[in-house]
Amino acid sequence: MTSATATDANPAGTGEVMTADGVPLRISLARARRRSRNRALLLVAPLFLFVLITFFIPILSMLFRSVENQIVGETLPHTVEALQQWDESGGDLPPEEVYAALVEDLRIANETKTAGKVGRRMNYEKSGFASLFRTTARRIKRIEAPYKETLIKAKKDWGELETWQVLKRESDAYTLSYYLAAVDFSYTPTGEVLKLPDDRSLYVGLFWRTIWMSLLITVLCLILAYPISYLLSTLPVKTSNLLMILVLLPFWTSLLVRTSAWIALLQKEGVINDLLVWVGLIGDEHRLTMIHNATGTIVAMTHVLLPFMVLPLYSVMKTIPPSYMRAARSLGATPFMAFVRVYMPNTVPGIGAGALLVFIISIGYYITPALVGGQSGTLISNFIAYHLSISLNWGLAAALGTILLVLVLALYILYDKIVGIDNMKMG
Amino acid sequence: MTDSPPPLVRFENIQKSYDGRILVVKDLNLNVAQGEFLTMLGPSGSGKTTCLMMLAGFEPATHGEIFLKDQPINRVPPHKRGIGMVFQNYALFPHMTVAENLSFPLEVRKMDKPERERRINRALEMVQLGEFGDRRPAQLSGGQAQRVAVARALVFDPDLVLMDEPLGALDKNLREQMQYEIKHIHENLGVTVVYVTHDQSEALTMSNRIAVFNDGVIQQLAPPEDLYEKPLNAFVANFIGENNRLLGRITGVNGDSCTVDVDGGGSVVANSINIGGEGARTTLSLRPERVAINPEPGSLPNIFDANVEELIYLGDHIRTRVAVCGHDDFVVKIPNSSHHASLEVGNSVKVGWNVEDCRALDSSD
Amino acid sequence: MKTLFKKTLIATAVSVGVVGTASAKDLVIVSWGGAYTASQQNAYHEPYMASNPDIKIINDDSGNDAVAKLRAMAEADNWSWHLVDMVASDAILSCDEGLIDEVDHDAILAAAPDGTPATEDFGNLIVSPCFIPQIVYSTTFGYRTDLVKAAPTSIADVFDLEKIPGKRSLEKKAINNLEWALLADGVAPDQVYDLLGTDEGVAQAFAKLDTIKDQVIWWEKGAQTPQLLADGEVVMGSTYNGRLFSVIEEEKQPIAMMWDWQVFDLDGWVIPKGAPDKDEVLKYVKFATDTQRLADQAKFISYGPARASSAPLVGKHATLGIEMGPHMPTNPENARNTLVYNYEFWADNVDDLNERFTAWLNQ
Repeated sequence: MTSATATDANPAGTGEVMTADGVPLRISLARARRRSRNRALLLVAPLFLFVLITFFIPILSMLFRSVENQIVGETLPHTVEALQQWDESGGDLPPEEVYAALVEDLRIANETKTAGKVGRRMNYEKSGFASLFRTTARRIKRIEAPYKETLIKAKKDWGELETWQVLKRESDAYTLSYYLAAVDFSYTPTGEVLKLPDDRSLYVGLFWRTIWMSLLITVLCLILAYPISYLLSTLPVKTSNLLMILVLLPFWTSLLVRTSAWIALLQKEGVINDLLVWVGLIGDEHRLTMIHNATGTIVAMTHVLLPFMVLPLYSVMKTIPPSYMRAARSLGATPFMAFVRVYMPNTVPGIGAGALLVFIISIGYYITPALVGGQSGTLISNFIAYHLSISLNWGLAAALGTILLVLVLALYILYDKIVGIDNMKMG
Repeated sequence: MTDSPPPLVRFENIQKSYDGRILVVKDLNLNVAQGEFLTMLGPSGSGKTTCLMMLAGFEPATHGEIFLKDQPINRVPPHKRGIGMVFQNYALFPHMTVAENLSFPLEVRKMDKPERERRINRALEMVQLGEFGDRRPAQLSGGQAQRVAVARALVFDPDLVLMDEPLGALDKNLREQMQYEIKHIHENLGVTVVYVTHDQSEALTMSNRIAVFNDGVIQQLAPPEDLYEKPLNAFVANFIGENNRLLGRITGVNGDSCTVDVDGGGSVVANSINIGGEGARTTLSLRPERVAINPEPGSLPNIFDANVEELIYLGDHIRTRVAVCGHDDFVVKIPNSSHHASLEVGNSVKVGWNVEDCRALDSSD
Repeated sequence: MKTLFKKTLIATAVSVGVVGTASAKDLVIVSWGGAYTASQQNAYHEPYMASNPDIKIINDDSGNDAVAKLRAMAEADNWSWHLVDMVASDAILSCDEGLIDEVDHDAILAAAPDGTPATEDFGNLIVSPCFIPQIVYSTTFGYRTDLVKAAPTSIADVFDLEKIPGKRSLEKKAINNLEWALLADGVAPDQVYDLLGTDEGVAQAFAKLDTIKDQVIWWEKGAQTPQLLADGEVVMGSTYNGRLFSVIEEEKQPIAMMWDWQVFDLDGWVIPKGAPDKDEVLKYVKFATDTQRLADQAKFISYGPARASSAPLVGKHATLGIEMGPHMPTNPENARNTLVYNYEFWADNVDDLNERFTAWLNQ
């Protein structure tokens, strides 16, 4: 009906097609589209806001925190400015003006109680800054001109070149020192980057350990989940539902119950060791250490994460018709060959989804390693938590977290390149 | 059927039960000759697919033995039977291209590459898909996928190919076209085909012989024309083609013919095929196209009064439903010729038929 | 924009960790949980609530990460705690950062019964202007009397695998372990911190720890060593003296104390900068830190009262009926060799040495 009117009602003869009520079709279409687009926007708005507030802003804030260093410039503005004129590689202490500026800054800092904060911040760069700033600020009222002399008398650290070099180095609003620390490097006082000696290196090793343990857990989950998923997908629904409950059971048990169960099983005086000793496989004095080490973490996390592997595998396997295997057999393939060449390639989307899921979860896992990991079984996330709540070095925690995030993204992209992300099926 | 060459496949006293209580295949005996196109036809649950699966090796026979080239194969696993198979949903491997799908049976047979390529090309040419080797199954239309499935089942030159309702997923036109193609391939290659379907026209089109299955038993095993023209029991008569049924009681038997009192009134002389003695109940089977409208009086042994209930114009013929002998579902096909009878609903007419065309079969009730 | 980021993040962090906001009559007091909170409940909270029926004290056991949470509260300017129980080092740190109030001890705390002002009564235990001392505790050793070849008598025995073979448990951080390692290595007590300030001294301490590294189970929670001792998983281990008292006297385990070079530390109250109802808080603090109350707490746990005037009032355990005097870390018999936690040193070096310690553990 519209089309008939549209071709007729063309008053201006511009070639524009009109709707029945005389509005150009173009406009009326745009209007209709805008309405549906607005409605769609309105529908996603709550989720969008939620994700923005709970996900993107915290991540941005983390990225910001990992390089943020405004506290030095904000607390010691005059000192920072005065230090600009000073040549840190000259080998001479800064001139009197710098000391005077420092005293001025510390007087204010003492009032506002911010001296301790700068001290804590600078103490990450060089041990001793915490007490240096705290005690200097407390005695600042008694510091009189000539400031250089009295300051050095009050705290001899002010007479050391290195103190000033480090202070000048960290006076920018942004710093890379957290990232350096996170990859076992550090600055020299004059700003050169130096690798920490092996006996002080920590994080690179931890990143590697986190990656290989996550890989191992992923592989173990795959090995354990594949047959059970296959079984689940071939059984009648009633039986497979029951088995699925068993698979999901770890999901539904409280972490503490699970942890005590693992301890009861794996500890030196635990069930497994008792059994092995009783059978005679190991001597009583050679009981295996299976918990509070890497083994404990791997066993427990494999257990926890198994459902994340089973579910995608199962849902993919369920969609593979049994006729594929039959076709392969009828074409002359042995059961093994049919499985390897026909069945397995068709489960790749499930393997991919499960592996990615398990790997990404385990690379950031924190609570289980903390409970059963002991020394050799803790992962990088445990150190992020440590720096967040115990050592309170939030900058370092943010830098470690950012590196972890980048690692996960890199692996994700790698996966996309190799397997293809659209070739992933969650079910 | 006389077996001059030894049969390629022999079912001997095959029984099959899935649950230990009900036999889905009851004492099956069947020979498939070399080069034959044999169709197992029947409604769902009649046991035809089970027979095919036993032959393919995916289901073990509960009792009896299947022979392939005179070798018992009950204990031979599927991959050693050398039987090609086309599945209902094609079962093309989605992660392989068409050529790789075809290559698969050749690779597992450890053929070298040139030989594989030669055979793949030949098989693709055979199904007119020479250009499609690099496509994935998902990029094929239903008909193309079907052809690839056929080509894959044939590419390794099996003596026997099984097809399990291979055309079930295609629309009507395509299905008919594929029927001819498969028939031609069969004729050209001389391969033996065992084909399962529930579609009788498909079976009639393609087969050398058809085994009509019902209730786990072969009801009749015959060439298509015999099955249509000479059904041996009421089930076959009903299942194959359109059929008029008149139920009645035998009042007299006279050599090849018998007299039957139809339940709704009237006495019919019929060809006795599969009946009990006098007094037994029987089903009279009569093809709609063998019934004459308003025949010359006395020209046919069976002439009855009928009333036109419904007329359906079908182009080449007019399907006419009449009430006769108390049965109001009696169908007559009137050819759409220049001199066909012009009828209207409510007309009183005469219908008549020959003794040979009216077959007295077992009582189906 | 930056502050918006911060506030959103912090608000989320805070709202997760805090048990709702208290009403005007509620006092949210943060402490360490377990037997320790129980002793405070018995000695302070119950009597205070009895005489102030309009006040309800709510215990929050977030002591372990109190500083992190205070920081979050400060950044969001959303304060939900009234009073926090902290170890002295945390109090010094929080005071530096301006997270907690400086207090005038003489003005807000009760004088001793004989009129001695609070500052004198607490003496040098007031290690920070923000810190109101409460108890003196020590980190020391317990050992299984039935599992050791010979009873350990000195810190050197902890490092002597020949005299006392078997596993020992130590805390998984640098503090105390490094001092003990140097003392066991023969370093004079007054030179321990000077030496630890140098790379050579740290290396010497780690070298000494290396000699027992594979025989150590590292603990993170105070309850672990008593458990490990009770299970026989270790033959000796360090922990807080109050925890050992409870396995020895209350659970009657075959465990004994080895007090040599116990490390004194302090625990006390701090008032969060933005704490609501500060008047009520101060009233409570004055009550809870008077001479009698501090002496009362020692009836429930074997930590020494921080006031000099409380010492003579320490009597018998409330339920066991045994004299608490001999179980106090400050008892002269126990305190022959003691180390006082060096707050200044550790405030400067805790990050660096803990990181080195972790790196050493991971080697």
